[in-house]
Amino acid sequence: MKRFLIPLGIFLVLIVFLAIGLNRDPHEVPSPLVGKPAPEFRLVTLADPAKEFSPADMRGQVWLLNVWASWCVSCRAEHPLLVAFAKDGKLPVVGLNYKEVRGDGGLDAKKLAPEQELALTRQRAGAWLAQHGNPYLLSVLDMDGRVGIDYGVYGVPETYLIDKKGVIRFKQIGPITPEALSQKILPLAKQLAAE
Amino acid sequence: MTNAMTRRLLAPLAGLLLAASLNLHAADATPMAEDPVVEARLVTISEELRCLVCQNESLAASRAELANDLREEVRKLIHQGKSDADIRDYLVARYGDFVLYRPPVKPTTWLLWFGPFALLAGGAVGLIAYLRRRAGKVDAPDLTADQRAAAEALLGTDSSQRPKNDA
Repeated sequence: MKRFLIPLGIFLVLIVFLAIGLNRDPHEVPSPLVGKPAPEFRLVTLADPAKEFSPADMRGQVWLLNVWASWCVSCRAEHPLLVAFAKDGKLPVVGLNYKEVRGDGGLDAKKLAPEQELALTRQRAGAWLAQHGNPYLLSVLDMDGRVGIDYGVYGVPETYLIDKKGVIRFKQIGPITPEALSQKILPLAKQLAAE
Repeated sequence: MTNAMTRRLLAPLAGLLLAASLNLHAADATPMAEDPVVEARLVTISEELRCLVCQNESLAASRAELANDLREEVRKLIHQGKSDADIRDYLVARYGDFVLYRPPVKPTTWLLWFGPFALLAGGAVGLIAYLRRRAGKVDAPDLTADQRAAAEALLGTDSSQRPKNDA
């Protein structure tokens, strides 16, 4: 009987490792940017072509940067939550509209002139927000995804919680779930607001 | 996937890709994509990098949108005169060690790098300990002189002709 105990023990340990491994989402790659200053950028806003936005404008506030696009299916799932959340006014949410035209497989952005792409981006993003609601303080247009690369975006939606000093403190990969919002984002934001 | 299926799936894709690349050349005639030295370096670098969208593919092989963007980015960095290490650091700073197919040796990856050897060493120690204990157990059975004589009588052997093996 005793001779079976050691193999059985090893087997159980392996089972536990396997169970943990299977329950983790391989698409959730921890971001090296958490704890680092949010990369700087300066992009034109969706609402006003004459206005630009930079993360430095939010210094002194705790805020969310939400990466979205109208072609992104998961964004649609996440959106009602964001809209309801924005109504509460707990945290300002800035939208980073990511590759609105180029990211859409059904469109060939290469055929478009830059000003055509910009116009199409505004039209599509604007229409989507008009239809689904606009939770954003403002949205900026990252048409070529360059800012996305600096932020390590590899799947939309992604959301960054940024503190008063402009440091990324949390990254949500994929849609924000009610659990992530109430258990992680909001408590951390509260703590950061007090810092 | 069978070969035929792969071919059937890949053929239109290849056609599309060709069309897209021809289109690209026509549209902005980038001399960037044509420098064979740069392209060779791009391939060497990106074969060692993981595509984050389809995680089992390298950046060199992936057709994901993001992989395209990142290859373009690497190309740009090569043109800026960045070294291979600089380019890897650039991507690691944004996407983490996960982009590297060859993870760096550091405290958080010690288990990954040395774990298998530790397991092997542990197994070897266990095996040696087990064999030693077993060797002690299967010593020649203790027989009394009477038992031995009876056994030899049954087997028809003469102990005086054979060396004693119960030492």
